[in-house]
Amino acid sequence: MPAISVEDLSVHYRRDRDTVKAVDGVTFGVEPGEVLVLLGPNGAGKTSTVETLEGYRNATSGRVRVLGLDPIADHQPLMMHVGIMLQQGGIHPGMRVIEALRLYAAFYPDPSEPGVLLQRMGLRDRARSTWRQLSGGEQQRLSLALALIGKPKVVFLDEPTSGLDVSGRQIVRDVIRTLRDDGVAVLLTTHELGEAQRLADRVVIIDHGRMVAAGTLAELMNAGEDHGIHFGAPAKLDVSALSARIGAPVIEVSPGEYRLDSPPTPIVIADLTAWLSEQNLPLADLRAGRHSLEDVFLRLTGRQEQGESHS
Amino acid sequence: MNRRAVFAQTRAELVLMSRQGEVLLLTMAIPVILLVFFSQVDLLPRAATAREPVDALAPGILALAIMSSSMVSLAIGTGFERQYGVLKRLGASPLGRPALLLAKTAVIVTVEVVQIIVLSLVAFALGWRPGGNPLLALGAMLLASVAFAGVGLFLAGTLSGLMTLAAANGLYLILLLIGGMVFPIDRLPATLESLAKLLPAAALAEAVTRALDGSGTAPAQPWIVLAVWATAAPALATRFFRWD
Repeated sequence: MPAISVEDLSVHYRRDRDTVKAVDGVTFGVEPGEVLVLLGPNGAGKTSTVETLEGYRNATSGRVRVLGLDPIADHQPLMMHVGIMLQQGGIHPGMRVIEALRLYAAFYPDPSEPGVLLQRMGLRDRARSTWRQLSGGEQQRLSLALALIGKPKVVFLDEPTSGLDVSGRQIVRDVIRTLRDDGVAVLLTTHELGEAQRLADRVVIIDHGRMVAAGTLAELMNAGEDHGIHFGAPAKLDVSALSARIGAPVIEVSPGEYRLDSPPTPIVIADLTAWLSEQNLPLADLRAGRHSLEDVFLRLTGRQEQGESHS
Repeated sequence: MNRRAVFAQTRAELVLMSRQGEVLLLTMAIPVILLVFFSQVDLLPRAATAREPVDALAPGILALAIMSSSMVSLAIGTGFERQYGVLKRLGASPLGRPALLLAKTAVIVTVEVVQIIVLSLVAFALGWRPGGNPLLALGAMLLASVAFAGVGLFLAGTLSGLMTLAAANGLYLILLLIGGMVFPIDRLPATLESLAKLLPAAALAEAVTRALDGSGTAPAQPWIVLAVWATAAPALATRFFRWD
């Protein structure tokens, strides 16, 4: 039995006079010892999905189960085994770090030692600081510590690395990997491809509430009809001349980023580089066969034209 | 229900409260200052039965203190907890709503016990000699606390943190003026007086005053008003409270 199961979930709510389909027919599962990343631009429906699993929202249709339980009907017993990290806030600004940890420790039958968690999160020097004195990154790490203090079997992390500096991110990534090794089911949301690529066992990409792809990283990067060659060169190349030379279509996906729809044979690559060298043009980078997750993400969410508009 | 969790939540809230000067000002300093000032400076009109200014003042100030902790302080605290996402986060912990409610009740009762002890000692020192039935006064305070807490949670659960702060403080000032706590209610214009008598502030002040004067009686009208508010206000709060 998966630790988390989401079957054909839809979450609609009314805003003004319109019905907003925040989540529209999403299905996935997370096994114990697995990190599933829910990836999508802001407003894609990630938080609505997670909040339904946490019992904050009603599903409009479909079914969600966590450890076999209904997050709303079985809320209390379920919360003993679930750790959550909200996207922001959740702690009284005047509460000290150590007080927050001791308070939450008292809610669980067999909690982790607050001092050990402080050490692990790199917050030992901040134990006596109040929430409002913490930096954004320190607040994130305290939220993560509170999610873990009850030794949960399932963890929901909503944008756990946003606002963190490099070392903070490293701490959070290490903690997430340790959770996976301990057999915890981890569902985390992010809009950052890099985080998904580093942490995910499996990725579910959603956009406008709909699932656009799901699978392991390897599956996603090999998937799809698009097995072309990607390269970077100066913007506004004469793509029709280049297409004619190579005998395969070339399109400029975004300024200076090109895709050549052809299997990456040595001949095609040789033609490409020869053409560029005749024009005395530089080649910025060249990728063939496998795509980066970014290519997959941009193609699936149709964000090429808008570039980084999701961030 | 997990007793350790309720105790930890109660303790955490009391510790936070003890660090907030504005809460202590509202629940302790203002009632003490009003009590001391107006019993020493004989400015206020008082009922013929009251021998000394403090005899008229002490029951009303006790009522004011109850209102400030069970309505104003609860509303402001809960309003900001809601705004900061504290309630939302606790909702995903094993604490549970009944336990949270119990902890908040324990916090209010603790504060009220301290208020009653401090204010009574100050009033005794100023020469207050209450008669009547103290248990009746405590009963009225309990009933009024339920009513005020319902009003406070209704505000906190429907308005933003800052709006709750404004509304609770505004209500405090208005009820201080027309609640018969410091100024006798029979000096108000007749319409305002009859309106005031339907509100829990004046009802509590009247119930405590009558419980602690020589007679120790429980007049029907204020007790009925308190009972109605104690039923209606929590029901409204339950119906409209938004946790996030």
